[in-house]
Amino acid sequence: MTALATGLAATKLSVGYGAQPVLSDLDFTVPEGRFTEVIGPNGCGKSTLVKSLSRVLATQPGMVHFQGTPLQKLRPKHLAQRIALLPQHPVVPEGVTVGGLIARGRYPYHSPLRQWSVDDPAAIEQALEDTGMTAFAQFPVAQLSGGQRQRAWLAMVLAQQTQYVLLDEPTSFLDIAHQIEVLRLCRSITANGRTVLAVLHDLNQAARYADQLVVMHQGRIVAQGAADEILTTQLITEVFGLEAMIGSDPWSGSPMVVPVAD
Amino acid sequence: MRRSLITVALAVALAATCILSLFLGSRPNGITDVAAVLVGNGDDYLTSVVDSRIPRTIMGVIVGAALAVSGTLIQGITRNPLGEPGILGIGVGASASVVTGTAILGALGATSTMVFAMLGAVVAVMIVLGLGGRSQARGVVPLVLAGAVVSAVLYAYINAMVLLKPGVFDSYRFWMVGSLAGVQLEHLTKLFIPLIVGTLLALGVARSMNALALGDETAISLGFNVGRTRLVGIIAAALLAAVATAIAGPISFVGLAVPHIIFALFGEDFRWRIPAAILGGALALVAADILARTLIRPQELMVGIITAFIGAPFLLVAVRRGAVMQ
Repeated sequence: MTALATGLAATKLSVGYGAQPVLSDLDFTVPEGRFTEVIGPNGCGKSTLVKSLSRVLATQPGMVHFQGTPLQKLRPKHLAQRIALLPQHPVVPEGVTVGGLIARGRYPYHSPLRQWSVDDPAAIEQALEDTGMTAFAQFPVAQLSGGQRQRAWLAMVLAQQTQYVLLDEPTSFLDIAHQIEVLRLCRSITANGRTVLAVLHDLNQAARYADQLVVMHQGRIVAQGAADEILTTQLITEVFGLEAMIGSDPWSGSPMVVPVAD
Repeated sequence: MRRSLITVALAVALAATCILSLFLGSRPNGITDVAAVLVGNGDDYLTSVVDSRIPRTIMGVIVGAALAVSGTLIQGITRNPLGEPGILGIGVGASASVVTGTAILGALGATSTMVFAMLGAVVAVMIVLGLGGRSQARGVVPLVLAGAVVSAVLYAYINAMVLLKPGVFDSYRFWMVGSLAGVQLEHLTKLFIPLIVGTLLALGVARSMNALALGDETAISLGFNVGRTRLVGIIAAALLAAVATAIAGPISFVGLAVPHIIFALFGEDFRWRIPAAILGGALALVAADILARTLIRPQELMVGIITAFIGAPFLLVAVRRGAVMQ
């Protein structure tokens, strides 16, 4: 398992705030070219895992590798061209426009002396188009609705043109239509061979849209695989403490978790 | 395009104000008389008057620009719209140092006041950074608190000293309002290096500040070093504010109001805001100094009083415009 030559991987990843471990001895390789969703109860370490993989949370040297090299040994800019993170609570600077925000996704391709790259306009254009935000390019982000704002952030992350796209709860605070839109967008990103790893709360959406699920509980990964292989009533009870039965989605046939006993 | 036009307008306004600053003073004089001095054949008294207006104008440009850039950086780094150079303890550190010097040596001359002010400003910032800046990763709250603590202690110290020895502090009372009267260009030789280093660091850190504005996590994900960006920004802000304070004393409001006005005109991109703050700060302070010299002729007001009185309504307008923009 150690020092994988390819991909983004955690080995014996342990993270704790104070004495309480949040992640303990966790081994995980992000499935390449797929849409993977991390699910689990509140406080299980989902966010911490995604932050550690994206180096936003500093881990001990050697716990996270990218293509066989510890993250700490790689230049931040090099990593920023390969791994992008959309955090749960990004800050919207007052007055920034959608176009201005997306342009910042191109920063990893600039240098202090060359603050522009040939690929910028095309990348920004593409990101606007992929997120359906072309008409809003000149709008201040602060004036957008929650769903539009989240799409603007996604566009910034897409403009970063990274192989790995990590999303921390990208659908929280969105209405159902916008949630589905974000999930479809994630799927279309992977259709181009890119890798998406997202933290989600909705089990049924996860089961329906993701290629793979990673189920976390108390700082460990307790199950990983395709939804119809790993989602069992026993797992739901164990991880979420919820009695449920598993049916199937009337449209796609994917597993659907339904609470019982009330 | 719009921003380029405003930049040109600011530059033209600054040039015009600087020229006006040579022509206007506490002593009324004709335009042709000053023009005669400038081409080298005016009367001796007026020549000496105009000669004193030249360093005053140049120092006004430097002090105003330095304060505005410093305030822009601090508002960005602390994500606090009320941020200004004062929250790093710079003005109060300089004041405490000048008070100490005055208590020990008696009334200070212009040069020793400047040296004491610079030293005090630098030491105060270093203490603030030492107390609150060690854990850069933990954000700026510890830093702002450390600034408040150091400021409170130094204020108490200054008040105690001034109360204990009231006779000694006449000159200090004038200095602490902030004034460009009697500034000397040769002081620049001592302040040149921190001024240039501070300005270059400020311009260099602008892009990182844009990333930092998106939140620490996004900035890291974009490949920026958040701790280093903050540290460089604070060092630049501290150097510039220390230079300004050493030249003119703790001038209030320019470092708070000008960044807001620049923000209202230029938007949130620091690559525009920092160069624009140089022009805007210089314009604001030279204009305020002209008013200070002409409002109550033949006497003069301290420019620090004007900046507060004139700056307040400008800030209100900028804030209201900002509120409408949202």
